[in-house]
Amino acid sequence: MKILVAVKRVVDYAVKIRVKPDKTGVDTQNVKMSMNPFCEIALEEALRIKEAGFAKEVVAVSIGPSQCVDTLRTGLAMGADRGIHVEASYSFLPLTIAKILKSLADVENPGLIFLGKQAIDDDCNQTGQMVAALLGWPQATFASKVVLDKDKQSATVDREVDEGLETLSVDLPAVITTDLRLNQPRYATLPNIMKAKSKPIKKMTLEDLKVDIKSDIEIVEVTEPPKRKSGVIVSSVDELIYKLKNEAHVV
Amino acid sequence: MKKMEEVEEKATKLADRLGLRKDYATVLLAENSWFSDMIAAIPWHCPPPVPGIYSLHQLGCPSDHHRPLSFTIMHRFLLKLSSSSTNPLRNSKFQRLILPSLNLFASGSPPPPSANPYSADSFRKSRAFSSKSRALGVRCISSEAGREAIEYDVVIIGAGPAGLSAAIRLKQLCQEKNTDLSVCVVEKGAEVGGHVISGNVFEPLALDELLPHWRQEQAPIEVAASSDKFWFLTKDRAIPLPSPFDNKGNYIISLSQLVRWLGGKAEELGIEIYPGFSASEVLYNASDEVVGIATKDMGISKDGSKKETFQPGVDIKGRVTLFAEGCRGSLSEKIIKKYKLREEVNAQHQTYALGIKEVWEIDESKHNPGEVIHALGWPLDPKTYGGSFLYHMNDRQVALGLVVALNYKNPFLNPYEEFQKLKHHPAIKRILEGGTVLQYGARTLNEGGFQSIPYPVFPGGAIIGCSAGFLNVPKIKGTHTAMKSGMLAAEAAFGALHEGSNMNTYWDSLRGSWVWKELYAARNYRPAFEYGLIPGLAVSAMEHYVLKGKVPFTLKHGKADHEATDLARKCKPIEYPKPDGVLSFDVPTSLYRSNTNHDHDQPSHLRLKDPKIPEKVNLPEYGAPESRYCPARVYEYVEDEEGKPKLQINAQNCLHCKACDIKDPKQNIEWTVPEGGGGPAYSVM
Repeated sequence: MKILVAVKRVVDYAVKIRVKPDKTGVDTQNVKMSMNPFCEIALEEALRIKEAGFAKEVVAVSIGPSQCVDTLRTGLAMGADRGIHVEASYSFLPLTIAKILKSLADVENPGLIFLGKQAIDDDCNQTGQMVAALLGWPQATFASKVVLDKDKQSATVDREVDEGLETLSVDLPAVITTDLRLNQPRYATLPNIMKAKSKPIKKMTLEDLKVDIKSDIEIVEVTEPPKRKSGVIVSSVDELIYKLKNEAHVV
Repeated sequence: MKKMEEVEEKATKLADRLGLRKDYATVLLAENSWFSDMIAAIPWHCPPPVPGIYSLHQLGCPSDHHRPLSFTIMHRFLLKLSSSSTNPLRNSKFQRLILPSLNLFASGSPPPPSANPYSADSFRKSRAFSSKSRALGVRCISSEAGREAIEYDVVIIGAGPAGLSAAIRLKQLCQEKNTDLSVCVVEKGAEVGGHVISGNVFEPLALDELLPHWRQEQAPIEVAASSDKFWFLTKDRAIPLPSPFDNKGNYIISLSQLVRWLGGKAEELGIEIYPGFSASEVLYNASDEVVGIATKDMGISKDGSKKETFQPGVDIKGRVTLFAEGCRGSLSEKIIKKYKLREEVNAQHQTYALGIKEVWEIDESKHNPGEVIHALGWPLDPKTYGGSFLYHMNDRQVALGLVVALNYKNPFLNPYEEFQKLKHHPAIKRILEGGTVLQYGARTLNEGGFQSIPYPVFPGGAIIGCSAGFLNVPKIKGTHTAMKSGMLAAEAAFGALHEGSNMNTYWDSLRGSWVWKELYAARNYRPAFEYGLIPGLAVSAMEHYVLKGKVPFTLKHGKADHEATDLARKCKPIEYPKPDGVLSFDVPTSLYRSNTNHDHDQPSHLRLKDPKIPEKVNLPEYGAPESRYCPARVYEYVEDEEGKPKLQINAQNCLHCKACDIKDPKQNIEWTVPEGGGGPAYSVM
């Protein structure tokens, strides 16, 4: 069985970001980028499944500019067997990514597709779900535990939902998105980084995959959240009601 | 069971005595009665002839029919002793003595008298038992059962200006002479340039020699210095003075960006750069020569146990090892001490300053690319050496900073707060108003100059860049000399590896180069300030306009920085104003802008040699200076359950500036490398 893992190159979680002066987006020039933490967890889970003997190959995929190759190299250093880089000059929204992943899945025929539950730059939490729908495959999102059954060709997944933990059984092939408590990603060791240099990364373009990238959503403006104003201490309940009614207009 | 209790008790004693892990000691004792008899026979009350080494005679030679088993056990025991990291035997001086003993047990007879007891042969014979020692989880010196070893021709620690210049120069020499050398650069920052911070008004002298076509290769060197302003600041005024600097031909750059660009150039030449790996240990061979470094184990949790993600470090061996760790490099300091490199040339101790810097994006109308402003005086008092700088870069960015010499006397001085005060000065405030801070950072720098340069060559390699200390203090530039030192070391290394000459040619070529001339001419500026601000300025003026270093004497540095701190009761506490959140900020806000982070579940990389000293000495006698000079609020005194103050080390905040390693009055704080990839993430500093 082949496992496809989609990884995204995002701004590193510890970096302080700011909005570009023209409000078209976040300033990512000269900013440290790394693999999305949830994607690392997804890749780690795929590697553990391969090491347990349930899969033969782990393929890492990334969609974006040429620097995505660095992210793929990190993935290869962690243990993925090969990488696929889909060249794209600007960042796509989840539906476009899902369409690209669907085309790739048609070509590669994986038994499992792993994704992080969301990317830390846009917090969309949509791509995994959309990929499953486009492929018509079952999905198990927010996975905190994944157990595979080779004979039944299914996976038992514990999902972290608002009410607690939900256990689902999904038939393979399936899409699983990973949550924080699933595993602790491994370090890429120096010898593995050296070996990863010789692992193949296939370059593909959007034309190769015949994907329609026209988006129905256009980003109009990106602004910083309003600065927190200091609170006001009121002296009585009447004053509070007065302020809520006449100043905040919420009552 | 009573017997197990006895065994456990003996094991604890054994573990304490010899620094063994208790579980090893328990296994050894429980499984081998001969061994416990032997241990019982050791005259613990008599000190051994060499610390930790008991002669065969003292231990009692085993009887013949026990011989094979006992030799194996003894061998494992000695291997474990020699590789246990908490054991004093770890010191390589004693390892030399262990090896012949290992040899004895492995072969069952003493080595032939002609064989050199310290040669690599004694390693190889011990390998016969390495598979057995794996059973106990013992780490082998030969690194068969323990760490992996990767070999290169040249290993460089630190991907900064010096390290990368050395690497690039090596590959250039290879191309010229139609040969090749494998070069590896390890860097503790997550990215090349991530830990690089500097003013920086860049003198392209060394870069012109290294990469003469940098202008056509999109080097991030664009803003030429256009004016040199020099101010004497009082609380309200900025008095212009004739500038002692002449920056014509120099460029205002972000050194972090330049190093990134150099990293790209280095990779094009085939140099292997590995960011995210910190060199935590120097590797020595049996002849006490440096053979490389070992990267730090990753995935150890705060209590010292291995997490599920544990990965042992890797031995990176080189025929030549170059240390380019920057100012007060942790491994470089160990090497300088070990090989007594300062004593060898009668060099003085190194003196340091702490630089705190911010990059602001200011109003277009106030931005004047190329403008260089230096200032003396306020907010520092006349007894404290230091000054401020403000450089206009491009993209509406200005670099603003304060440099405070670390030999200040008043332990209540807080360089970070002084920097916040500086930003409120009318002349500075005028420029910053309406702007936003992009990044914040801090780093110590060398001020020892010529008098403090150690002998930079040791058996197995050399020290380059600020780890040795080539900063030109009156010019406040160290990048060009660091790069040149890297290039000269590369030439010496190439000669040593390719032509069989000696690394000592590095020292000779340094002394014949412009680095030496520059540092010699600049040697008396800084020490003159030992006599005070006005005498210092007077000497500076004399040196600059008249003498230019051509005097027969060399002034000496005063006390070492950590010794210069006065006792708290002799000094007046300083009241600092609260930050206003617009120009001045509190430490956590600034720290956030440095993008600094470390995995919090790892042992603190800031080691206290004696954990009681902070509460016994630093707090009562010096008023806890570490809680004031650290620009990252790593050291905090909090109340424990009994209401007594206790030092809390927030190692996660560390900016890797090394101020604590330098300034701690009792030199109790030792800065060691954390897991690779941690620390600040500077991009425009």
